[in-house]
Amino acid sequence: MEFIKDFINFLSDPKILIVLASALLFVSLRYPHKFYTDRAAAIVFSGMALFLVLSMFDADFRLIVSKPDNVPIVGMLFLVPFFTWFSMREAVRNDKRLADGKPLTEQEETAEKVLTWPDLVYTELICMVVLTVVLIGWSLLLPAPIEEPANPSASPNPSKAPWYFLGLQEMLVYFDPWLAGVVFPSLIIVGLMAIPYIDTNPKGNGYYTLKERKWEISVFLFGFLVLWILLVILGTFLRGPNWSFFGPYEYWDLHKLEALVNVNLSEYIWVKALGMGLPGNPLIREIFGFIAILAYFLAIPAVLAKTSFKRFYNTLGAARYHTMVFLLLAMASLPIKMVLRWLFNLKYIVGIPEYFFNI
Amino acid sequence: MPNLKDRLREGLEFLSPSNVGKYIQESQIYRSIFRVGVPDSDRKRMLVMLGSVFLHLHPVKVRKSGIRMRYTWCMGGITFFLFLVLTFTGLLLMFYYRPTLEYAYVDIIDLREQVPLGIMREIHRWGAHAMVISVWLHMYRVFMTGSYKPPREFNWNVGVILLVLTLLLSFTGYLLPWDQLAIWAITVGSGMARATPFLGHEGPGAALLTLGDIPLVSNTSDARFALLGGRFVGEAALLRFYVLHCVGLPLVAGFLMAIHFWRIRRDGGISGPV
Ligand code: HEM
Ligand code: HEM
Repeated sequence: MEFIKDFINFLSDPKILIVLASALLFVSLRYPHKFYTDRAAAIVFSGMALFLVLSMFDADFRLIVSKPDNVPIVGMLFLVPFFTWFSMREAVRNDKRLADGKPLTEQEETAEKVLTWPDLVYTELICMVVLTVVLIGWSLLLPAPIEEPANPSASPNPSKAPWYFLGLQEMLVYFDPWLAGVVFPSLIIVGLMAIPYIDTNPKGNGYYTLKERKWEISVFLFGFLVLWILLVILGTFLRGPNWSFFGPYEYWDLHKLEALVNVNLSEYIWVKALGMGLPGNPLIREIFGFIAILAYFLAIPAVLAKTSFKRFYNTLGAARYHTMVFLLLAMASLPIKMVLRWLFNLKYIVGIPEYFFNI
Repeated sequence: MPNLKDRLREGLEFLSPSNVGKYIQESQIYRSIFRVGVPDSDRKRMLVMLGSVFLHLHPVKVRKSGIRMRYTWCMGGITFFLFLVLTFTGLLLMFYYRPTLEYAYVDIIDLREQVPLGIMREIHRWGAHAMVISVWLHMYRVFMTGSYKPPREFNWNVGVILLVLTLLLSFTGYLLPWDQLAIWAITVGSGMARATPFLGHEGPGAALLTLGDIPLVSNTSDARFALLGGRFVGEAALLRFYVLHCVGLPLVAGFLMAIHFWRIRRDGGISGPV
């Protein structure tokens, strides 16, 4: 028993969890007809339910899962994978129909029009009644949390943002607040709004499909499932005092120390590689970081336009292409920084704390 | 002279459910409210959709593929319904809740202990959490069916703003109970604003904005100060969040939902393969 718990604690470590989840996502997108089947779903969801039920016997697990505000997130833990499976299963079916030259599932019914009353109005009515009953039942069973009265001088440890912002708070591990709390959220909004104008693929409009939109769907699913939902879940259940990592069966020990000495890129290069001291002028000190960042955002798009993204450049035109690549690079910067941190304890690529300018 | 038994039978017949129903439906009061009457024929079923403010959100006829739960997961509608539930329960909460340091916390306690049927707070809080999840799932569905593609680009954008508004509504509401959970969550969340480039006193570039020796962006004049009305989460922040939560944001969200629904119709109804 202890062995299994230790193993699950080990797997829940952010490094391993994020890498495993990404790998699972991409492999499943490569072989969708193997992963998004009824049998796979039955195994995965009963496995998850079993995991939840058995884990409830563990006091530390129970404590964190049954915190009132965390209950909806436990629900989300099931809903998001469910709808992922569901939409991918529809997509796989439609792709097969397309390959066989048959009409899409949706297409069989698009020509037919039905009366809104009763066909739609009654569905809505039933939906509202069910939802009302669920909400009332939930509210009767689970009281809303109320803690001690506000006390501005006693900050709890950990201090967590509301749960839907915990993905952003998790980014704070890797980036400073100006990026994690301001620039990235703005870019997420801008990026979402840009999607319809960047994606000029006319196919896959109004039905589930994977084959016809593989690239778009892969990027979106990585962003939504791994960088959004998974980070929220990680921040909720697996981050304890001092924002240290705690496995699901681990006691939230206030004194757990993570002895981590993170090192800046400038120190790696000037001190460790070149054997010199750090230059006094911050602009010279950080010159390599600046070059890396500029190369990342300026050189990579140009190179990609000539190589593997040539087809995008040709079909999208310069403006769309550069917007898309900039947004993709911004999105990719998070996993890149994560990996650099895990492998090299890299703190800042550019670090000018004098001006709060740290990347 | 009819005997008592016959009179009783007559009376009971008159009071039978179908008769009473018919009597009500033929009364002038009923006809003045529901012009069409019971929608028992296709013609009436169409008229009823046109005649009611609420029902005319929908067209008279819809594509069969569009009303499948399999297709939309009902998520947009669920989000809308949760918004209505939140508006209703929020209004009830406003009867009892006073946004001041003195009363906010005790009013929340009283909501459970003194107020009859005291689960309004629960419904409001769990409904708010559920709405955040349902709006995420709705966006997920719209992406997976490619429904943001032309001609629906603009409605996707209206949706993104609605998503932001939902999060802001939830964020501003989170402060109102004025307990430890509330103020520290808002302290962490709003603390980010101090790092806004140029506009936050701990943001990159802010040090460049000076007038001679005087810094223009300090901890009493930056983005966070504007948000909280102070240097920390205090009484001014509570009032600001309350006004935004109960008046400002719901109004904007309601307005945008009207646009969102209007555009669904204008863009040709729920998407489907052509
Ligand atoms: C989309 C809509 C809304 C969301 C997501 C939302 C969210 C929230 C949240 C998370 C809380 C804290 C609840 C708690 O701690 O128990 C709250 C409290 C409150 N909300 Fe809302 N709300 C919404 C709409 C409204 C509306 C429309 C009103 C009023 C017209 C309202 C009035 C209130 C009041 C008075 C409180 C304080 C009482 C309390 O905390 O229980 N809300 N809201
Ligand atoms: C408060 C938030 C929102 C409400 C109440 C709402 C409501 C709705 C409803 C009722 C529909 C009808 C179809 C359905 O149920 O799926 C719909 C469709 C749509 N929504 Fe939303 N929505 C919201 C947020 C969003 C968001 C966040 C997005 C995208 C980022 C979005 C984009 C769309 C689009 C593109 C359609 C048309 C879909 C189609 O034709 O298939 N909405 N919305």
